[in-house]
This record gives sequence, C-alpha cells and structure tokens, in this order.
Amino acid sequence: MTSANAAHSVVAPRPLTQRLAGAAVILYALVTMIPLVWIGLTSFKSPEDSISYPPKLLFQPTLEGYCNLFTTRTRQTPEFIAKLPPATSTCEVISRSRNMVIAGPSNYVPRFVNSLIIGFGSTVFAVALGTFAAYGFSRFKVPLADDLLFFILSTRMMPPIAVAIPIYLMYRELGLSDTRLGMVLLYTAVNVSLAVWLLKGFIDEIPREYEEAAMIDGYSRLRAFWKVVLPQATTGIAATAIFCLIFAWNEYAFAVLLTSGNAQTEPPFIPIIIGEGGQDWPAVAAGTTIFLVPILVFTILLRKHLLRGITFGAVRR
Amino acid sequence: MAEIRIEQLHKAFGEFVAVRESNFTIADGEFFVMLGPSGCGKTTTLRMIAGLELPTSGRILLDGEDVTFRRGSERDIAFVFQLFALYPHMNVRQNISFPLRVQRLPRREVRQRTEEVARLLRIDQLLERPVGGLSSGDRQRVALGRAIVRRAKAFLMDEPLGALDAEFRELMCEELRLLHGRIGATTVYVTHDQIEAMSMADRICVMDRGEVLQVAPPMEVYERPATRFVAGFIGSPAMNFLPARGALAPGRDSIAVSGHEVPMPRLHEGLVGPDAVLGVRPEHIRIGGPEGQDAPLRGRVFGVEYMGTRQLVTVDTDAGRLKVRAPNTLKVGDGELVGLAFERERLVVFDPATDRALRSDLHAGAAGAAHG
Repeated sequence: MTSANAAHSVVAPRPLTQRLAGAAVILYALVTMIPLVWIGLTSFKSPEDSISYPPKLLFQPTLEGYCNLFTTRTRQTPEFIAKLPPATSTCEVISRSRNMVIAGPSNYVPRFVNSLIIGFGSTVFAVALGTFAAYGFSRFKVPLADDLLFFILSTRMMPPIAVAIPIYLMYRELGLSDTRLGMVLLYTAVNVSLAVWLLKGFIDEIPREYEEAAMIDGYSRLRAFWKVVLPQATTGIAATAIFCLIFAWNEYAFAVLLTSGNAQTEPPFIPIIIGEGGQDWPAVAAGTTIFLVPILVFTILLRKHLLRGITFGAVRR
Repeated sequence: MAEIRIEQLHKAFGEFVAVRESNFTIADGEFFVMLGPSGCGKTTTLRMIAGLELPTSGRILLDGEDVTFRRGSERDIAFVFQLFALYPHMNVRQNISFPLRVQRLPRREVRQRTEEVARLLRIDQLLERPVGGLSSGDRQRVALGRAIVRRAKAFLMDEPLGALDAEFRELMCEELRLLHGRIGATTVYVTHDQIEAMSMADRICVMDRGEVLQVAPPMEVYERPATRFVAGFIGSPAMNFLPARGALAPGRDSIAVSGHEVPMPRLHEGLVGPDAVLGVRPEHIRIGGPEGQDAPLRGRVFGVEYMGTRQLVTVDTDAGRLKVRAPNTLKVGDGELVGLAFERERLVVFDPATDRALRSDLHAGAAGAAHG
C-alpha cells in the first residue's frame, strides 16, 4: 500500500492537519530539548555566568566545569601558587587562576564506571532472561501460563521503592549492600517483568513455522531459537534493551538507599558535586551532560529498531 | 524414498480428539493426499509424521523403523509449510542451502546442489535476491527448493498452495505433479481443496473429525465413496441424498424412494434399520418427459444454471430437492414437470445410522472401471 493509495485514502490526514501536527511535534521537541540545551550550555559556563540573571546565551566558554568535575582541589595562598612549577594542563591553569591547586582525581570516573557496569549488566541479564522466558511462554504449554504472566506483571504494580526497606535489610544480611552485584541483581529483577511482557509480544508475532522448518531441517530447538528466532526478534530485543537500560541508568531511589561508595552510581553522585566547595553548577551540568552520553549513543545506535519497537503490533509486515 | 506406515495413531488435545486411532500406509514414491475440511485432523497427522507433534498413542514407521518419538531432525523428512516459512533474514540461496549447511556439507557440494535445485525449479536467476521481494509463486518455489535439496526420505506438504492465487495454484499443481514424476519421492500432501486432491493424488485419504474415512485412488473415492461424508465432500455439486425405505436384505437390487421402486446395484450386505439413504451424483440422473416409463421419480424444475458445456438443473421431487447435471442441449424451463431416471449401476446406499456405504456390486469393481 503506497502513495498511490494514500491519495484516495479516507484516513490519510489532510495537508492542514498534517502541518498542525508537525508544528505540535516541533513545539513538543523544543520544550523537551530546552532543559537539555540549558544543561549543555551551563556545563561550559563559568560559575559566575551560570547563576547570572537574566541567563546568558552568549558567554565566554570555559572548561572549568569539566575540570572541577574530574578533580578535587585545595585552596592555596597566591604566594604558594607562584612558587609552583609552570602549569602543564588547561585544568591546572584554570584552578590556579582561582587560587586552587589540583589535589587529585574526583570520584566521577569510578561512579561512571559503576553506572556502566550496573546499567548495562542488568540490561543484559534482564533481556537474556526475558527472551528465554518470553519464548517459553510463547511456544510451550506452560501450566498456569496466564497466572504466571500476571504474577510477573504484578511485580510492576507498586512503585519499586515500596519494597526498599525490606530489600535494604535483606541486602545488609546478604552482604549485597553497596556492591555492584547487588545492584545488577536488583535492577535485573525490576526489569525482567517488563522484558518478559514486551518480548512475548514480539516473539508471538514470529511464526512458529520458522523454527519448525529449521528443526525439521536438522536443528535442535535451542539452535533453531538461536539461529532463526533471535535474528527475527532483534527489533524487540533492541527496544526492550533500551527501555531496561534507561530504567537502570536513571534509577535514583534504590541507588541512594543501597549504595554509598563502592557501587554508587551516577544519579546519587551528581547531586553531591554541588556540595564540594560552593554551588558549582557548571560541574553539576558537566556531570549531567556526560551522564547523558551513553544513553544517547545507545539509543541512536538502536534507533531504527526502537521506532519499529514502539509501533510493534500496529504494523503488519 | 520411504514407505510411511501409520498404526493406531491417536492425538488428543485435552478433551478434544484431533486424530482418532488412524491406520494407513503410504507406499514408497506415492503422491498421497490427505483431504478434509479444516479441523479434520489432517494437518495434525502430518505434523506427527514430521515430528512436530507427539502422538498420544500409536506408532509411526518410516521404512519399517519406528520413529514415533524421534525428533523431526532425526527423521530425514522435508516439510513445506503453508506460509512457506522462508527465513526473512536470508536470501534465496541461503534459504535453499539452509538444510545442507545445517548438515555441514562441504561448501562446494552445497553450492552445486543448491544451484541444481534452483535450475530444476527455474529460480536460478533469483538466487542472490532477498526473499522479501519475491512473488508468492517464487516464494513457493524457494520453499520447495529447500525441501528438495535435502533429498529427504519423504516430502510433507501442508497446504502448500493455499496462499497462492487461483491462477498460480493451477500452474503449481501441474509443476508439483511434474516434479514428483522426476524426483519420485514419497509425498504426503495436505489440502482441503478436492480439485487439488483429485488432480494430483495417487491415493487420497479423506478425513473428518479426526477419523480416516477412506483411503483410495481418486476415482474410487469419487465413484465408491466409503461414507456419506466422503460422498458429500467430494464432487461439485455434491452427491444427492434421498431418503429411502430400509430393512434391505442382502441380494436386493432395488430400493423404495418415496413409493417408487428404484433399481440399484445388487447389495452384498443387508440393512436392518427402517431407513436408508440413496446417494446419486448429479451426472447420474437423466431428465426425461414426466410420463416416461423408466423415470421412477417425478418433479418440478426449480431452477436452471447454465454452465457452458453443461447445465445444472435443480428439481423439486417428493424425495427432496435434487441437483441434476444435464447436457446443455436439454431445454427445460422453471416450473416444468419432468421425470428423473437414475443410472442404476452408479447408485450407492448408505446406512443412516453409521453413514457407511453398503457393499454392493458397485464395489465389485466392474462399474467403476467402465466409467470414463
């Protein structure tokens, strides 16, 4: 069904409607983009510019925010600084101009690594478990399948934080508090229900005949699943992975409660930056900007799948 | 090449019996068609032969070897699905060569056999194309190619032409038959289309509600239907069924239909019940004048459909409404009173209690062979 039919279609939108819809989308995009642009701009401002009113759109960009993000500094007398050997990096130049000396790296990078490990780790586990479970529910006669699926979904019916206290106590007993493993397990558990439901929808739409043909042609069930079903399910898997990653990446409440050092992720860490030596908004903005990058890259990489994933079920191939 | 033997095969899904204790043997190299309405169990039977479904009880023997609980991949059988089931992420060549690559054959042999099969099916120019853009006829050929390339013991086909246009279907029917002639592999073909079944089969197995009703060559299924269902399912328009008086002794050669004695083939078995059903095909009724001596039944013409070489006349009689296939030269109008004569040696009597056809001279074979 192509453009030839669309011209006569009774459901195709009229030009005016189309333009209005387009305008609405652009407006919405602008509204959602403004905070992001603001954060991006702020990360390149000096602390003075960042709190000026009215906000400056044109300003002298500086890397001070990023320097402050990645380092810890100590205040020194101008005499002490004058006696130091010449600065070897941009960040040293900037901090010396503020009468500061770089004392060492900040915790930003280790926290970022935590976020990567916990976010991607839990996504991989949730999607893997979800794919197998969804395949099982989709293809086999599982006793009480409907009840089980409802049970899986019911874990989503309350806000996850409602179980925070029991989980906190449990994790303390098990020694999982403030460990990456604990956080991976927790986020996997929260995400797996979403993954099962989303993926079951996708796998239901893959005709059984594909696997049956492969199984008659000599594959075992597992190999048929691996070689035939999985390639067909990539769209669903990609879409599910993005949803899972976004949840795990942004999760704040559990992270605040269950992590303090070793396994702390970015969301609880970023607000702490403010406290280190005045209200350092550019550093916070810089931390947030970098924090956004992995999700952005991941989403752009899987964009094609995501679009098809969001409209899944709506369009017949 | 293989003989497939089905013994007491039974499949139940909970309360529902899909296939009821079926027995038949498919000869080596035979083109065997399983025919029946949807839900009759033909596809389930096929899937059990393929190993996609496990029987509740019974046995499946492939060349005398019990394969009932063997995996599909261990049975050396090729399957063609109704919706083709071509792998969308592979091109034509990859699809056809898939079963060979699974067996890890040397690359040269895979290449050679794939191209050989593609040539046989006249799709060699499409080998590098993705399957998504192919016409349904070509997709069907690719699906067939994937089955043939294996050189499996038997081909199982589940309504392989069901998804094709009528025009293509006829063409593919012919091609399939030709292909079978060249390859000679045992083929089990499932369809609900009696024309496909009649034109392609060496033997037809008619099923209804999970039961095998008759296994016989097309001509026999048509001329000597084993049950009333078979008689009604095959033939278009269907066989006419007339209520008749029962309590027939073996050796009887006439039957009473609404007070008229109708001659019929000599019965080899009797019927105890008070009622019987007389089956007569539309082309075995002759329309004559209302006063004709040889016309036991009279009726009024209800409608005439002109079909080109023939015309289909509907006649209301005391025994019900009958369809008659008459030559196109016959001139009859609506409401006209006519006499109907039956071709004696073609009539079938059914037991209304069991719907089974009574054995008679018809089954002795002489009548069937004479028919052209």
